[in-house]
Amino acid sequence: MNATANGQAGPGWEPTIVAFFCNWCTYTAADLAGTSRLKYPPNVRVIRVMCSGRVDPQFVVEAFARGADGVLIGGCHPGDCHYMEGNYKTLRRVALLRRLLGEMGIEDDRLRLEWISASEGEKVARVISEMVAALRTLGALALPAQHARWDAELRSHAVSAAAPAAAGGER
Amino acid sequence: MAQDGKPQVAFYWCASCGGCEEAVVDLAEDILGVVELVDIAFWPVALDVKRSDVERWPDGSIAAVFINGAIRTSEQEEMAHLLRRKAQLLIAFGACAQLGGIPALANLWERAAIFRTVYEEVPSVANAEATYPQARTASDGDLLTLPAFWDTVRALDQVVEVDYYLPGCPPTPKMIKDAVGAILSGTLPPRGSVLAPDVALCEQCPLKETKPEQLLLREFKRPHEILIDPKICLLAQGIVCLGPATRGGCEALCPKAHMPCTGCFGPTSRVMDVGAKMTSALASMVDATDPQAAEAILATIPDPVGTFYRYSLAASRLRRRVLARSEAAKTQAASA
Repeated sequence: MNATANGQAGPGWEPTIVAFFCNWCTYTAADLAGTSRLKYPPNVRVIRVMCSGRVDPQFVVEAFARGADGVLIGGCHPGDCHYMEGNYKTLRRVALLRRLLGEMGIEDDRLRLEWISASEGEKVARVISEMVAALRTLGALALPAQHARWDAELRSHAVSAAAPAAAGGER
Repeated sequence: MAQDGKPQVAFYWCASCGGCEEAVVDLAEDILGVVELVDIAFWPVALDVKRSDVERWPDGSIAAVFINGAIRTSEQEEMAHLLRRKAQLLIAFGACAQLGGIPALANLWERAAIFRTVYEEVPSVANAEATYPQARTASDGDLLTLPAFWDTVRALDQVVEVDYYLPGCPPTPKMIKDAVGAILSGTLPPRGSVLAPDVALCEQCPLKETKPEQLLLREFKRPHEILIDPKICLLAQGIVCLGPATRGGCEALCPKAHMPCTGCFGPTSRVMDVGAKMTSALASMVDATDPQAAEAILATIPDPVGTFYRYSLAASRLRRRVLARSEAAKTQAASA
C-alpha cells in the first residue's frame, strides 16, 4: 500500500477501499457498471455478501486494522431488502460504529454506507470516485504501519501485533 | 528460593489496581492448601524477595508465574521478559494482563496529554515550574533514573508470549484454585487457552429465561437512571449489558447483584473484537428504521468506546486512538 503512518503517503500511494456489496442490489449494480463500461478508479476491492446485514462491524474494524484506508458498504434501498430488514440493521449498526470509530480517531469519510439498486451502475462508479477523492484528501490510514510505529517504543521486540491470542484465546 | 522439592510459583503486578493481589488473598484459608503444594518464590506485595534474586535463578526454574496488570512502563516490560525466562508457564492473571483492562483506556490519549493533565492541569496540582517525570535526571553529578512511561498501554501477550489466561476483574477465588489444581495435576487445556468456559455470559445468567427472543428498544438506560427489576433480563430493561459478547465463568456475579455485565472476562473465542461485536448486538436491538430515529436512540449510549472496550481496548483490533495528522504533528513537536 506504500504508505507511512499518519497519512504521510509515500510516493505512488493509492488509497485502498474494501467494499462489501450485497448480492441482490449493489453487487449487481457493480456488474452493470462493468458491462456498461463505466469508468471508476481501480482502488476498490469488492467483497460480495448475501446482504448488507451480513456485514458485521467486526469486518469493518478488521479491514481497517489490516490496512484499508476506507470501507464502503452497499445495500438495497430501504424497503427493497431481499431479506426484508437486513439493510435496516446495517443502517443502525453503521450509525453506532461511526461513533465508535470516531472516538478511535478514524475519520467519518473513511466509512461510507450507500443504498445502490441493481439498476444504478452509474451510482457505483460515482460513489467510488467520490470516496477515492475524499480518501486522497484524508491521506493513508495505514494502521499496520501505525501499529509498528507504536511498538517502536518497546525496548524489546514486540510480540507480533497481530498476536491471535490477544483477545479470544483459543482460536 | 526454597529447596524442598515443591514446585515454585511467583506472582507479579504491573499496571493494575491491586485487586488481583487481593483476589489471591481472598483464597482465605484455602491459600494454606495451596502453599502445602507449592512454594511462593516471588510475590513483591507480600514477600521481600528482590529482582536481583529472581535474576540469579536458573531459567525455567519457576513452574508458574502469574502476572497481573497491563504493561505501561519500561520496568514492567523488563519484568515481563525476566519472568517469562524464569517461568515454565506464564499466566496472564486478570483483565489488565489479558486485555489491557481499565488502564488501557489511556490509549484514547497520548503520553504528552496524560502528563499535561496529571502534572499541570488537575486543579489540586501546584506545579508552577511544569516539572514532569523524566526517565533520566542529572542531579549533583549523579544520574537518577525512573522507568520510562510508554505512549501505549499493552496487554501482556503484546509484549511476551503468554501460555494461559485467567480472566476477570479480578479472577474469582474458585478459578484461581481450579487453575492451580490444573497446573499441579497436569490437566491444563491446550496452550493459549483462556481458563474459563467458552460460552457467553448470557448462557450462565440466572435471568436468561426472561431474555426475549427478539429485543427491540426505544431507549438505553444507565443503571442509575432506573429502578432495576431483579427478575428481568437487564438488556430487556434497556440496560447496556455486555453479557452477549462476554465469556462466562464469573458465576454471573454482576447480574445476580442487579448490575449489568461490563465485560471483564473478555470475549469468547468467537468474538474478534468486543467493541465491534457489541456495536452489532446493541444496534440490532434499536427499534427504528429511519436514520434520525436510530441515531436518537443510539445517542442514549453516551460513551461507546468506554462502555464496550472498558477492559479490552489494548487487545482490540485498533489497539488505541489513531491521531489525525494535525494532532500527531502537535504531539511529536511537544515530545521532541
